[in-house]
Amino acid sequence: MNGQVLESDSAAALTVRNLRVGFGSAEPVVRGVSFVVAPGECLAIVGESGSGKSVTARSLLGLAGTNSRVSADRLELGGRSVLGLTDRAWQARRGKDVGLVLQDALVSLDPLRPIGREIADSLRLHTTLGAAGRARRVLELLDAVGLPQPELQVRKLSGQLSGGERQRALIAAAIALNPPLLIADEPTTALDVTVQAQILALLEQITGAGTAVLLISHDLAVVSRIAHRVAVMYDGQLVETGRTAQVLGSPQHEQTRRMVAAIPADKPRGTRLSPANRSGAPSTPDTPSFLSTPSFLSTPSFLSTPSNFGAEVSRESTVVLEAIGLSKSFRRPDGTSQLAVDDVSFTLHHGSTLGIVGESGSGKTTVARLLLALLAPEHGEVHVFGEPWSAASEKTRRELRASVGAIYQDALGSFDPRWSIAEILTDALNLRRERGAPHTTTRLTSLLDEVGLAPTVLPRRPLELSGGQRQRVGIARALAGRPEILICDEPVSSLDVTVQAQVLDLLDDVQRERGLSLIFISHDLGVVQHISDQIAVMRDGRIVEIGPAERVFAAPQHPYSAQLLAAVPRGPV
Amino acid sequence: MSDLEVQTGLSAQSRQSGPSRRLGVAEATAGVLALLLVASAVVPQLLAPGDPFAIDPLSAFQPPNFAHGFGTDESGRDIYTRVVHGTQYSLVIGAAATAIGLGLGIVLGTLAGMLGRVIDFTVNRFLEVLFAFPGLLLALLFIVIFGPGVVTATIAVGLSTAPGYARIIRAQLITVRSQAFVEAATVLGRTRWQILLRHILPNTLAPLFVLATLGIGQAIVWAATLSYLGLGAEPPTAEWGAMLSAGRTYITSAWWMSFFPGLFIVLTAVTATVLGRSIDRRMRHV
Amino acid sequence: MLARVLPRLAARLAGAVFVLWMVATITFFAVRLIPGDPAQAVLGGPGSQASPEALAAVSAEYGFDQPVIVQYFAQLGRLITGDLGRSYALNMDVGPLVLSQLGGTLLLAVLALVLAWLLALALATWSTRGGKVAARVGSSLEIVAAALPHFWLATSLIVVFSIGLGVLPPISTGDIAGLVLPVLTLAVPLAGFLGQIMRESLLAALESPFVLSARARGESERGVRWVHALRHASLPAISLSGWAFGSLISGAVVVETIFARPGLGRTLLNAVTLRDVPVVTGVVMIVAVAYILMTLLTDAASRLVDPRLRLT
Repeated sequence: MNGQVLESDSAAALTVRNLRVGFGSAEPVVRGVSFVVAPGECLAIVGESGSGKSVTARSLLGLAGTNSRVSADRLELGGRSVLGLTDRAWQARRGKDVGLVLQDALVSLDPLRPIGREIADSLRLHTTLGAAGRARRVLELLDAVGLPQPELQVRKLSGQLSGGERQRALIAAAIALNPPLLIADEPTTALDVTVQAQILALLEQITGAGTAVLLISHDLAVVSRIAHRVAVMYDGQLVETGRTAQVLGSPQHEQTRRMVAAIPADKPRGTRLSPANRSGAPSTPDTPSFLSTPSFLSTPSFLSTPSNFGAEVSRESTVVLEAIGLSKSFRRPDGTSQLAVDDVSFTLHHGSTLGIVGESGSGKTTVARLLLALLAPEHGEVHVFGEPWSAASEKTRRELRASVGAIYQDALGSFDPRWSIAEILTDALNLRRERGAPHTTTRLTSLLDEVGLAPTVLPRRPLELSGGQRQRVGIARALAGRPEILICDEPVSSLDVTVQAQVLDLLDDVQRERGLSLIFISHDLGVVQHISDQIAVMRDGRIVEIGPAERVFAAPQHPYSAQLLAAVPRGPV
Repeated sequence: MSDLEVQTGLSAQSRQSGPSRRLGVAEATAGVLALLLVASAVVPQLLAPGDPFAIDPLSAFQPPNFAHGFGTDESGRDIYTRVVHGTQYSLVIGAAATAIGLGLGIVLGTLAGMLGRVIDFTVNRFLEVLFAFPGLLLALLFIVIFGPGVVTATIAVGLSTAPGYARIIRAQLITVRSQAFVEAATVLGRTRWQILLRHILPNTLAPLFVLATLGIGQAIVWAATLSYLGLGAEPPTAEWGAMLSAGRTYITSAWWMSFFPGLFIVLTAVTATVLGRSIDRRMRHV
Repeated sequence: MLARVLPRLAARLAGAVFVLWMVATITFFAVRLIPGDPAQAVLGGPGSQASPEALAAVSAEYGFDQPVIVQYFAQLGRLITGDLGRSYALNMDVGPLVLSQLGGTLLLAVLALVLAWLLALALATWSTRGGKVAARVGSSLEIVAAALPHFWLATSLIVVFSIGLGVLPPISTGDIAGLVLPVLTLAVPLAGFLGQIMRESLLAALESPFVLSARARGESERGVRWVHALRHASLPAISLSGWAFGSLISGAVVVETIFARPGLGRTLLNAVTLRDVPVVTGVVMIVAVAYILMTLLTDAASRLVDPRLRLT
């Protein structure tokens, strides 16, 4: 299924030539995009937020929006042009000739209607099937997408299903009429890795059955699992298109290289992920290290011997933080209690990073809150520098608070919206009350410098900054108190991969320079693997496996760790 | 629920409409109107140099004409002059009632939102009971007890708006208290009082400015209603509701006596709504 | 099913009874604050110059000579049996009086609520259909409508339709024509409020991913609205209808007075003017009952439209 051959193939499921989309009188956000998808082929369009990939997807359904301007030299679904179709004509083709699967079915399926109804809608709109016939077909569909006990599921609301079940139902609704083309816009984003793997397998199965699948994603690693070809979108254009292995293996365009290099999985600690200096601006874009084949493509890479892991830990083996048998339960809405954290113990050594990895509901965020003494454990204790921490009074703890910093996933929410960056950082700095400290402005500037921000951000408010900038401010605030321990709860989860790479590099830098000890909590095994010395795998509130990162990744002891690892999207097989 | 909750709920949703720093036509008009209203309240002589109580029986019941833009009433008093001079009553009554309602609301809402579950539960039940005296009912009950008059009417209106304010303030407090930045301040080692004073209160009270602006319009309508029913300001006071009440007798022959004071009530209420929403939108997007 | 519904229903009823009890208590103690001898009020107020004997007789008859706490429980006891006391001014029992007035006001309020819903729905759907102009016009109409005071709207309607055009009666005639202006007066401002909410939530629903999904399935614009969006848009307006009903009752005070319609509102205003405490108390109690029933109804309606509420 070579791209070059397909350009002239009239049997293509989708042909797009020179597609341009703009809104109102503004500059177009999609600027001359061309591609072809053949039946039974999966093409992935990959790009970061704002690249125009979702707008492209929606234009293919005539749903770009009310004040959009869509133009193209060719726009054909199954060989028939859809340029300039009327609303009515579009309605007749949507669902029948092309299906759409969106991100997060919780909001993409009508929350007030049973999923059976939602799935039956396409049948109601496009076929003459009676109610009984539709009901039968819905059950077949649910069975086909792998939902167990379809008879029970059809009456449920999307809110009553798990994330994976919902996404399957949404896919069932999109393929109800066997459309020759399925467009999936971030279909696995926000799903746990194991569920993500299942949904990808389902999409692969649909492709295998002869359906053309156009996959839209921000995540190169995820799409590489099932896409035959990859097109990289940047600033409204496709900058690189080719077979998946080829694009990932020898990326040609700078943006592709940046995205490939940013994938953290299997890159040893200390490897830089971004071609950037501290400010995030590319310094020497063509540094050879990014040209090298990403290590995760060569399967045995994570078996490679650790760089200098053992030496570091033995040299700096002081325990700075210790969790001993932590337990915490919460009351469910129905009154029963649920154990969120169950007998969790670990130690954090000076200068090292402990990665805590787990899926949603595994209790990892509760652990973070226990470590920050925002929650009191029911059983067990947290010690900091050998002193009681969770058991101490807040007043005693306050003295020590400055040495334990925190970085949050939602950086924006962690800032008072009324305060400027200057106020936020001054507030964080003042806590130390160092007599004779240099003037506040100097200290602010040097703090900003350390996290790669220019002093121009000082008068701005958090809302005016980009996601990456906000997280840098978050790190600056955490560093202001000169902490020795940093608790990071999903610090890079809501960032684009290249920005994520810059923030991870920054964390790595400050850790080395300041000799910090890190607790790094994430759902993303790749990220955790890259940054951690020790790894704890959590499931249902318990640590099922804990050990040196290389060992856990190379030879997981617990079946769940092995399952998680197997689900991590890695290069094409 | 109260009309105020409707208004604030609306502005919370209109957040999606995106930041627009440009001054809309409606906002600009409302701004000019607000300035004019404040001017007529503070220096009515500037806009209407005449005497609002000057009687001229010879020119009674004149329809709007060149000399009397809004016509004259049964004693020949100039309606325009009276409407302009009446602004101060309506604005002062509206502002005072809103202040009373908001003040009580702050006390009740803060009690419920800050002082633990038992008090929260109690205050909530109390508010539920107050909501069972819908709209003007609480005000009427108050007037039965303390008798009619401008002062009682003002307090009565303030009282009946208090439960609505209390509920909004409580909800706002609880939202702010559970925000991540409050937790972040704890992690930075701030004390409970520091967090309360520097984060929770400012973030709770800032939206009250919007509430007050939105509320003043409604308070003016309610106070005018009480005057109209003969329970608030009384004729010949130039209060708008009282003027309408006086015009009621002559509704068949002199519509202008009722029309213009009422028009000003509507204009004031609309101005308050548009301004309140616009301030709110701007505050959210800064 | 029943086993799940019953405890919740029992809890709701207990809550309602509690609120009524508190309403009765607040009202009872509030009217104690009225300065002067209540017996004097029964006999026509301070100006009536009643003899001490007459005052004493009235005090004994109404129980004013008893300690307050005794009077309180006596009144609660009477309330439970449905006895609302005796009017000072009208010399008749409050219960039958209030009940006879209830029907007219309920009719007015229900018709106005229905009309307001229809107007709001029409305005919201129309103003979200086409371009910016419709949206602006819709939003302006709603803001102005919501700001209209009942008394001014009523007089303006009378001036236009009764005096100007002469098509509708300016005072209540007991037939349908006499209902038009009062119902309009109550419905228009309420429609402004409800319309604002519906339009905002309709817009939010139309922008939501599940509507995009529906469109991608080939659903027509009409289908998108009727199958998905309107249901979502009606939810906040439904939960507001309890409040709306309350505001309609207090609007009835004005409207019934202006259109000379018999009803609770006018009875209440007269009683307030005359300081006829038992009638005021009676009306307050009846309105509280009606309001509580209405909130129970709107809760049930919400559960009907939103299946998520039925899950817990």
